[in-house]
Amino acid sequence: MTVATVSIESEILAALDTVTDPELDQPITGLGFVRSVSIDDDGVTVHLRLPTAFCSPNFAYLMAADAQDALRTVDGIGEVRVLLDDHHDSDKINAGLAAEAGYVGTFGAEAEQSLDQLRRTFLSKAHIAAMERCVTALMRQNALHPNEIHRLTLRDLPDGREKTALLRRRFALGLSVCPNGRIVVDDAGRTLASEAVPMRLRFARSVRISMEGNAHFCRGLLATRYDDGGTATPQFTNTRTRSPR
Amino acid sequence: MYTKDGNSYFIVDGHVHIWDGRAANHRNIHGKQFIDCFYDYHRNLSPEDVVWDYDTYTYYGGERLMRDLFAEGYVDHAIFQATLLSDFYVNGFGQTEEAFALTRQHPDKLTYNHAYDPRNGEAGLVQLRRDTERMKLQGVKLYTAEWHGDSRGYKLDDPWSRRYLEECIALGIRNIHVHKGPTIRPLDRDAFDVADIDKVATDYLELNFIVEHVGLPRLEDFCWIATQESNVYGGLAVAIPFIHTRPRYFAQIIGELLYWIGDDKILFASDYALWTPKWLVEKFVDFQIPEDMAEYAPITVEQKKKILGLNAAALYDINVPTELQLAEAAGQRGVEVAAGAKEAVPL
Repeated sequence: MTVATVSIESEILAALDTVTDPELDQPITGLGFVRSVSIDDDGVTVHLRLPTAFCSPNFAYLMAADAQDALRTVDGIGEVRVLLDDHHDSDKINAGLAAEAGYVGTFGAEAEQSLDQLRRTFLSKAHIAAMERCVTALMRQNALHPNEIHRLTLRDLPDGREKTALLRRRFALGLSVCPNGRIVVDDAGRTLASEAVPMRLRFARSVRISMEGNAHFCRGLLATRYDDGGTATPQFTNTRTRSPR
Repeated sequence: MYTKDGNSYFIVDGHVHIWDGRAANHRNIHGKQFIDCFYDYHRNLSPEDVVWDYDTYTYYGGERLMRDLFAEGYVDHAIFQATLLSDFYVNGFGQTEEAFALTRQHPDKLTYNHAYDPRNGEAGLVQLRRDTERMKLQGVKLYTAEWHGDSRGYKLDDPWSRRYLEECIALGIRNIHVHKGPTIRPLDRDAFDVADIDKVATDYLELNFIVEHVGLPRLEDFCWIATQESNVYGGLAVAIPFIHTRPRYFAQIIGELLYWIGDDKILFASDYALWTPKWLVEKFVDFQIPEDMAEYAPITVEQKKKILGLNAAALYDINVPTELQLAEAAGQRGVEVAAGAKEAVPL
């Protein structure tokens, strides 16, 4: 019997692919935020980096903690160490991650409860932007009138990247992914009155533009900050001598 | 003044600095991190031929500023926005005394806006009164994410912040420039959230709130509150350099702003020396919404005149030569905001 073997490197990359920057709604791998991955007999050490030393510490912590969680799902990985480089809170965040102190334990008096609400706020923004992309594409394709938008259902969307992205965000928020569900809904997934739909969509466009603009800033600043031009390919070293499993 | 194709524009640069980011002035590593972050913004978004070397960038002084703004940059009047950052720099980042002295030397060309920190409590209020008397302040610049001892930020609707805003009204300070930053306590929340601006704008109609960087990275939230408040304005600093690197993206930003907040509420700013005004003014006057972006109306010469100077001139009572004025006054509060926002959506 042959077993398809997947390299530990690709498994690690796949795990890191699932970690997104909540503000940009893009994977940290594609953004160039994963600086290096080194694998040895004990486990894996991943260094993360950000576009500026002053990126929001709460989002920085979220991404680093999510990376740690994602890496632990890789079979036989061993010890997982995630370090954030060159940030004003690097020491604090790295110490917190190493000690598994959690968000409150990491930031002490600066933390109150959790980052769950923050995460949800940005998932909602990601959902709004994904909704706008789907509807705009559909309107351009089918020359729809603005007054027809409220009737559109998920079934009306052609399969593809945009639809997948929308469904994924709806799922993450716990909103219905039923094909008969309306595309344009509020943050709680409720259908809107037909007259409220154009304004919802108009606002959604601003959300989408704002997020895209932030991504332009982040990619540009990362490329300027680091000599490798912010490349999305992390430096890999593998000195592991033991067999994979 | 800048003239192109027979149109002349009165230029007010609403956001300029004299800073000292040199190593000798760093209080700690964050001083270095901060000026490096600024330099990356400068290098990343400026056209190659106007990029400065690092040493010049850390300190350039008043003479260089006068040349870049007024001799070469077409600027008629510029407004200093204080950035103190006392926890990062020995002698502050923005150079208060140097900027203020320059303002006294050229009162027709320069206005100085100072800063306060509501976390200084009663003593800070006394200082604000003293500063206002000495500097004849019309405006202040607040950086809500400024570090201060153990605190790394505050909200505008905090009780002490309200007391300072009320003091501003009493002292005749009208223009409150707000720059949101990445930290605030607790870190559970989004520090860039502009909801606190919404609250104080409603409560203090005597004041104008100029949101720097048009709320970026939360453009949509800024637009949303600005449509509902007649006294909320947007400063273009940091957003406008996209006109060079990503002109189609800049078209979307300015298109959104014109749609939501209208042409009376948008203010030009270079954020000098983050960027220099010369190329920004030239490119903005040449700028047009691309034809394939049918969702946005073309931007008119009148709108450009308002944004480049007439709106800020109205907020600061800056004298504009008659031939550079428009038939209708610019920078008006009363104009209906987001008239377009009530219509159905062209997408």
